[in-house]
Amino acid sequence: MTRQPALLQRALPTAVILLLIAGPVCLGLAGTLLPAFGYLPALGGSVLSLDPFRAVLSEPGIGLSLALSLGTGLAATAISLAIVALFTAAWFETRVFKAMTRFLSPLLSVPHAAAAIGLAFVIAPSGLIVRLLSPWATGFDRPPDLLIIHDPLGLTMTAGLIAKEVPFLFLMTLAALPQTEARRHLRIAANLGYGRMAGFFKVALPQIYPQIRLPVLAVLAYSTSVVDVARILGPTTPAPLAPRIIDWMADADPALRLQASAGAVLQLLLSVGAILIWRFGEILCSRIARSGRSSGRRYSRDAAMRQMAAVPVGLLIAAMVAALAALALWSLTAGWWFPQAFPTALTLRHWAGLFPGGSHLVGDTLLIALPAAVVAIALIVWQLELWTRTGPRRRHAAFRNLMFLPLLVPQISFLFGLQVLFLVAGWDGTYVAVALTHLVFVLPYVFLALSDPWDHLDPRLAKVAATLGASQNRILWSIRLPMLLRPLMVAAAIGFAVSIGQYLPTLMIGAGRIATITTESVALASGGSRSVAAVYAMLQLMLPLLGFVLASVVPAIAFRHRLALRLQR
Amino acid sequence: MADFPPPASGLKLDHVEIDLETRRLVTLDRLVPPGEVLTVMGDSGSGKSSLLDFVAGFLAPAFRARGRIWLDGVEITSLPPQERKVGLMFQAPLLFPHMSVGENLLFGLDRSKDQDRGQRRTLAEDALRDVGLAGFFDRDPATLSGGQQTRVALMRLLLAEPGALLLDEPFSSLDQTRRADLRNLVFSKAREKGLPILLVTHDPDDAEAAGGAMVRL
Repeated sequence: MTRQPALLQRALPTAVILLLIAGPVCLGLAGTLLPAFGYLPALGGSVLSLDPFRAVLSEPGIGLSLALSLGTGLAATAISLAIVALFTAAWFETRVFKAMTRFLSPLLSVPHAAAAIGLAFVIAPSGLIVRLLSPWATGFDRPPDLLIIHDPLGLTMTAGLIAKEVPFLFLMTLAALPQTEARRHLRIAANLGYGRMAGFFKVALPQIYPQIRLPVLAVLAYSTSVVDVARILGPTTPAPLAPRIIDWMADADPALRLQASAGAVLQLLLSVGAILIWRFGEILCSRIARSGRSSGRRYSRDAAMRQMAAVPVGLLIAAMVAALAALALWSLTAGWWFPQAFPTALTLRHWAGLFPGGSHLVGDTLLIALPAAVVAIALIVWQLELWTRTGPRRRHAAFRNLMFLPLLVPQISFLFGLQVLFLVAGWDGTYVAVALTHLVFVLPYVFLALSDPWDHLDPRLAKVAATLGASQNRILWSIRLPMLLRPLMVAAAIGFAVSIGQYLPTLMIGAGRIATITTESVALASGGSRSVAAVYAMLQLMLPLLGFVLASVVPAIAFRHRLALRLQR
Repeated sequence: MADFPPPASGLKLDHVEIDLETRRLVTLDRLVPPGEVLTVMGDSGSGKSSLLDFVAGFLAPAFRARGRIWLDGVEITSLPPQERKVGLMFQAPLLFPHMSVGENLLFGLDRSKDQDRGQRRTLAEDALRDVGLAGFFDRDPATLSGGQQTRVALMRLLLAEPGALLLDEPFSSLDQTRRADLRNLVFSKAREKGLPILLVTHDPDDAEAAGGAMVRL
């Protein structure tokens, strides 16, 4: 019989991880709630009142702000999900699907802010598209006076969100597919004469959707409360709710801080409301789908529909490639007058300009991202190893759901309170505080990346090692971890990329004393030099990319004489 | 009731009963003397693998087992798998894919002895030569044939100096001719070292070649 570790030892990693994730979220929410009702002794507010809420609701254009947050968030989520579902339905298990998978996966590691800045460079009136068409097709010899970026309806912002959420939902769908019987059921449907897409929607999607529901809701919560993408691409008169809260918070007037916390509570209600609306939509869709499922209609001729389903994904990839190209060009440009399609001269001046001023930004970024990734890996390995040793993984599902907690609560709603708590503790603006806050978001992704490969390791290898006399620790260090080198490196790279992409946690917990390339690039994107903003956005891309390159090169070198591990994906 | 004193040598399965929920899977009370084979036959789902898991110390909590296991006069029923000294061979050779052939063998070779690096390597190389794989020390296990891998797995097991062998259909992945060769190799090695063997299989040829007692689940 395997020796069971003592209860304390068994519960310790779970307790530590949940404390690190739920602790900041719950304490932060409490810290937001009290000032929202006027209670913030540090600022002299000690009487509970609804005044902060009244102040929010009497802000000019607040109704429109709320509507923008709700509308852009719901639209971005629904459209992203539709694009992913249609594409998967049309092309699952084809060469096209595999090729697209290869393109979409790296896009996931592009931080939101960098993607938004790059997109702005492509679609702005003075952007790449207009330049390529001018003046020969459009007749423009100066940028047209069109409000494409910051358009009042938030269409551009919605597009920017979609560009980032499609890769995320796509990869979540890819991960969910093998956990269902979808593959075999699709063959049965095809055999019964159903077209590819009809088969997918009638048979596979109902199995897959419950698996990707939490990621979808995370996208919804994120999109309804996003700050960085809204600042770069979103409307300004008025802006959606979340960026307005940040403005109130940054104001010197202490009364506005109470108003900001009321705004953060309102943001929470808004995101919960969006989730309720989504839930209602789910019920409606499943009603419609149920009657559709038993209609017996085969839709076997779906070639045209399948072609169409590939269009949005193709457009999206083209847009992201153009965005990255635009970033690269702008970071190197010495002069690029409208309507030239290409810079007149290239220079490394903007990159050289990073030193010495910008190098501490890179340093700070690494000083937060590296420890966050390493600590997350250590904690998640500790947890997974303990589950392996104690046998059945009963708590796995509940644990996974809890991992989504910080992704389902709007960041601003708990970060506001967390900032107050760190302030009281005297920790605000320290590396430890910022890294701990990043860890709240890094841990879930590291867990999602590592738990599947961990569970798929052949348990018989550990049994063989144990009968050869190897201790549990020796099995961990010389069998499990080396065999999992590749997924471990990938999970670390994902954690590193997630940390680098964090805008709001860095901005709020860093308290202006800690800035990273991400906060800097968002600050530069609105005003400031395009080229310098492009340099920081490029850095945002290159650092995670470096992580992923290492994650593929190190195992390739370590396993260069090990065929079985070189071939594994 | 248990026999006292327990036999001083061999593998004794002392009134072993294994249940899954309300279903009795295994009832067994046998002594496997050194160098002999006890063949357990049964269809899949009959509890063959649970029996091996019980003896090796891996039985999942869903199963309930009673009875005791003695190896060479020592009760091992509640020892952790690491201390039982029963070697396990599965259907697949399960060489560790991130280690070379030699490293796999060194993983099995007991470390508590005072041998230096060179002596350990010599022992591993001798073991390879012993099964016709001289010079394979630095090879990648993935480049070996199935039969070669099984031979390496056997030597990895023997270098750990087990007191008994548990074989879970270890030849089923091999073709007919190799199967006979390997079967003979494993049985002769076990006999040479005086190891009792518990063989689980559904292949009647395995049972016949083993030559010892046979039970059906």
